Amino acid sequence: MSVLVDRTVAADPAGPARGRSRTAEGFKGLALVVLPPVVVAVAGLGAWEAIVTVGRVAPFVLPAPSAIWEQFTLSLDTIIRTGTASGTNALVGLVLGTIVALLAAMAAGRFRFLAEVSVPVAAALNALPIIALAPILNNMFSATSNIPRRLVVAIVVFFPVFINALRGLREVDPTHRDLMDSYAAGGWTFTRLVRLPGALPFVFTGLRQASSLAVIAAVVSEYFGGLQDGLGSRITSAAANTAYPRAWAFVLGACVLGLVFYLIALLLERVATPWRTR
Amino acid sequence: MTAPAVELTGVNKIFNQGRPGEVTALTGVDLTIARGEFIALIGPSGCGKSTLLRLVADLIAPSSGTVTVAGKPARKARLDQEYGIAFQQAGLFEWRTVRRNVELPLELRGQGRRERRARAEEMLELVGLADFARHYPAQLSGGMQQRVAIARALAVHPPLLLMDEPFGALDEMTRERLQDELLRICGTTGTSTIFVTHSIPEAVYLADRVVVMSPRPGRITGIVPIDLGERTETTRQSPGFFTGITKVRAALRGTEAAVGAER
Repeated sequence: MSVLVDRTVAADPAGPARGRSRTAEGFKGLALVVLPPVVVAVAGLGAWEAIVTVGRVAPFVLPAPSAIWEQFTLSLDTIIRTGTASGTNALVGLVLGTIVALLAAMAAGRFRFLAEVSVPVAAALNALPIIALAPILNNMFSATSNIPRRLVVAIVVFFPVFINALRGLREVDPTHRDLMDSYAAGGWTFTRLVRLPGALPFVFTGLRQASSLAVIAAVVSEYFGGLQDGLGSRITSAAANTAYPRAWAFVLGACVLGLVFYLIALLLERVATPWRTR
Repeated sequence: MTAPAVELTGVNKIFNQGRPGEVTALTGVDLTIARGEFIALIGPSGCGKSTLLRLVADLIAPSSGTVTVAGKPARKARLDQEYGIAFQQAGLFEWRTVRRNVELPLELRGQGRRERRARAEEMLELVGLADFARHYPAQLSGGMQQRVAIARALAVHPPLLLMDEPFGALDEMTRERLQDELLRICGTTGTSTIFVTHSIPEAVYLADRVVVMSPRPGRITGIVPIDLGERTETTRQSPGFFTGITKVRAALRGTEAAVGAER
């Protein structure tokens, strides 16, 4: 929404006092964007708290937000430590999966037959349930290894980045093609000047999807054994000990971690594609 | 002694030759365009006017006949960047600022950064967009984008300008203003121009000669010389202007009648 507001203002070059009015609009726009979800969230939490307290819902069914928050603050150190472990796995897997996906997309974008072969393969890979994979990978490596979890993340990340990047690389404006032909610019020059920058917005769409998926994959893959230093293992062990508010507190930690990844991806996108936000 | 700006002799263009869906896009085209001359190509859809322009640009090759640009084969002329081209879509690169868009053809010629920048700013001055050099295309209106595209086409100071309905998507007021701007630019730079259009008034107002084409198969059916002298504010109301429009319309109607008779 903020982007939309910005664009309308920016698209009117006739506006004389643009700098000032834009800032004012920006604050107003920001308030309009931030306020509604905050209000909804607060109201939702209030309702949740009220239902649990008034309806005397047992804590093992649904703990109150206040109880979860209490556990969250109590275990904050552990959450940060385990969150860092899960986050590192998610980051390494994300970077690895993205690099492989981008290379694959560039190869598939270059050779048509590769694209025709690789898209179904990538789709099959995407349909592969991470649940089926994690225990197998755990057995392939030692129990103290981070590699299986990072591999799971990389595989999960691969698909959205690959598909989006490939679409971006193949979608070339016919006018751009004619123009570059008229400049007698082909091959790598064409790729560098037209294909790659044109694909960037698509790549970042994929990366944004992948960033949240990476955290989910890193956390969930811990449910299936292997090294027990991450958020996922804490969620399972807390739940096994019927410490439900603490389990929820770690879920909240995973949620925050996912948001951090998403926001960083969003920030990178803004920095790398300035023409879309200004 | 100088060769004409463009010379087409016996040009035919057949798409999908020898395959199902064979289409004769152009047949028997002979046309010579003098240096500094402004030519408008007009005709109904499917008459091959865009095909003709793309042949001159060497974006497609003729099935037979020869195309020379500035005395060279069309391919050589393209590799030497002997022409600038603008399309109906401005086709700006949205990830480049306005100035870097205009710089692109210079960049591909291997010109130095400083020289490039100076030339781009000069061109933007010419189309009245010097203040928008650092903007991105998405921040400009359609008319402004089209002016950037023209600046880009002119950046290498080409002796020939090829324009494929560049004002087709613009509103009437913007269109007329850009027509005047284009004439002024072509006048000051001595550029020869081929301008494809659907609009009879536009063709008459801009051109020294209006080339009228007809479809099935695409061919040149008439050439209407226009003599309006220097275009001023009164030109669009002058009797000479309306005479020109009437002549072009008659030539176009002739092609329509011919098409009707074929049926």
